[in-house]
Amino acid sequence: MAQKTIAGVNLEVTDEGYIVDSSQWTEEIAKEIAKEEGIELNDKHFEVIKFIRDNVDAGLTIRKIGKSGIVDIKGFYDLFPGGPLKVSTKIAGIKKPASCI
Amino acid sequence: MAEKKDTQVKKVAIICAKAAIEDVYATLVMANGAVMEGMEAKVFFTFFGLDAITKKQMMKLHTSTVGNPGMRMPGGLPFPTLLGALPGVEAGVSAMMKNTMEKLDIPPVDEFLDMITAGGGEIYACKLAMDMFKLEKEDLSDHVIDVITIGDFYAMAGGEGSQVIFT
Repeated sequence: MAQKTIAGVNLEVTDEGYIVDSSQWTEEIAKEIAKEEGIELNDKHFEVIKFIRDNVDAGLTIRKIGKSGIVDIKGFYDLFPGGPLKVSTKIAGIKKPASCI
Repeated sequence: MAEKKDTQVKKVAIICAKAAIEDVYATLVMANGAVMEGMEAKVFFTFFGLDAITKKQMMKLHTSTVGNPGMRMPGGLPFPTLLGALPGVEAGVSAMMKNTMEKLDIPPVDEFLDMITAGGGEIYACKLAMDMFKLEKEDLSDHVIDVITIGDFYAMAGGEGSQVIFT
């Protein structure tokens, strides 16, 4: 665990950079993390992020996001290049999902 | 302490030569897992593994109930091989496995191929095995990019941090 200041807020993050307390997350923090990942967030990103935050307890998979009605799987890869599930969950301020699918 | 210098896996080239549910799904899970981690994945289906990308067969895969020591009854009791040989048993067990997988959000084969290719994974078929089984490109799923030789496949499997996996 480490401390990190993101968008002016001091947060506890995991070694991989995931925010530990998801309730501290704000859209400003999301934008800052996204920038580190090389992503400029738009409305579509935020729709996906909202879906992710709303469904965190249901167990997140790429398949589930593809069926969200917000974005198809190809679109999800395009929005969050370089590993969509791990990148999007990091930006959404939740813990890294332990999913193989 | 000496510093560990692991090279990251950046690309996997996976070869699937068998048609049983567990062999095909091992391949599909590894290929999908690679693209979802941001890695490159290329998959080569050969011999009986071609069933997984043949339109007529891909949704009808079975797991073997004969000569499979890992096979057990629900509840853990032994599963006699002779029972596995009875008509309908293998189909029943296979249906049960698919049902269990669906509950875990593991997609059927065609949808799994959708997911892998949507993530940039590439699917190839073995030319030699296609000739053997008298299959044409039209018999295969539209996700198959090309019918190629193993040499062609090796040629695209190289590069730093790449691994060849045989299931």
